[in-house]
Amino acid sequence: MRDNLLIMLALTFIPYSLAALGGGHSVLAGIQHTAVDVNGWIASDTFAELFAAARIAPGPGSMLVTLIGWKMAGWSGAAIATLAFFLPSSILCLAAMHGITRYGETKWMLVLQDALQPIGAGLVLAGAVTILTVGEGNLLEWVLALAIAVIAYLRPSFHPLLLLSAGSCVLLAVN
Amino acid sequence: MIAIPDSDGTGSSESLPPPTLFGLFSIAFRTGIFSFGGGISAWLHREFVLVRPWISEGEFMARMTTAQILPGANVTNLTVMIGMRLFGLRGAAVALFGLLIGPFFGVIGILQVIDILQGWWGMKPLLAGVTAGAGGLLIAMACRSGQQFVTRLPLLVVMLSTFILVGILRLPLVPVVLGLIPISIGAALWAKK
Repeated sequence: MRDNLLIMLALTFIPYSLAALGGGHSVLAGIQHTAVDVNGWIASDTFAELFAAARIAPGPGSMLVTLIGWKMAGWSGAAIATLAFFLPSSILCLAAMHGITRYGETKWMLVLQDALQPIGAGLVLAGAVTILTVGEGNLLEWVLALAIAVIAYLRPSFHPLLLLSAGSCVLLAVN
Repeated sequence: MIAIPDSDGTGSSESLPPPTLFGLFSIAFRTGIFSFGGGISAWLHREFVLVRPWISEGEFMARMTTAQILPGANVTNLTVMIGMRLFGLRGAAVALFGLLIGPFFGVIGILQVIDILQGWWGMKPLLAGVTAGAGGLLIAMACRSGQQFVTRLPLLVVMLSTFILVGILRLPLVPVVLGLIPISIGAALWAKK
């Protein structure tokens, strides 16, 4: 039973590793869909809590998968989920790196870049909507998120952590 | 930034210690544990290009582009490529392990702290604020990436279709991405004309 759980975790995250076009956060919507809606592994508000914890903690925001594995199967679950999410894309990356140094930057690489970027951008937007609906999802949070989006868009030099803590301060002050 | 010379042995690199496997590990480890809230690529750039001339500016930027095109977290892609470049497969493995091992325990530790503080009234709004902020950052990121498609309509259509299929209609992400890749390649070729 426990082995099945670990295998299922691995089989779940390996495809997301390879589908994460434009960065780990692009598969947020898919991971939420699989973990909460389809399999019911974790409750919606737990997912929001894990997401926030991964954002506060150091390292890539994708460490969310580590926490899902941890909630499901403890240390071994955390390890398997982490490997399943970070290893396949890394191996693909090394293989591609080998090909690129051999053949140089071709016209096809530029076309591929043009083609994959809009998919990645659409996925990131889907991830944003997913994470905003998965939490309490009240009007105030949406307004706050949009305000932070405008600030981050106009001032890319602002540190993300500054904007995250600004968001927390606003909600703490209101409550 | 462009003025930094490539590693053609002009002298500056000789006074600095050569790359070692342990050095690679410790840089990756530090990058992992000290990079909060994103912006990790800037850290790697500082450590590998500016502080130590292990990778040239031009190569770093080229690798960064590759890391962004390919699937997977950009930082891990970048880190394994730098490791591979310096020490082959061994270097790639050490770099990836070094980058993730700190955050692995860090993120589980943070979750324990959150669970302990669950009774405190401020915990819920605090986390909700982080979630709202993170959602806002993702929207900004998508908009910055999307603005370049305004003049290339076929690509904008691909972006919005992806968003609607995955974000609104909630269709399974992986099949949608697989189906959209050939369509998007067509759109990219069309937009080029």
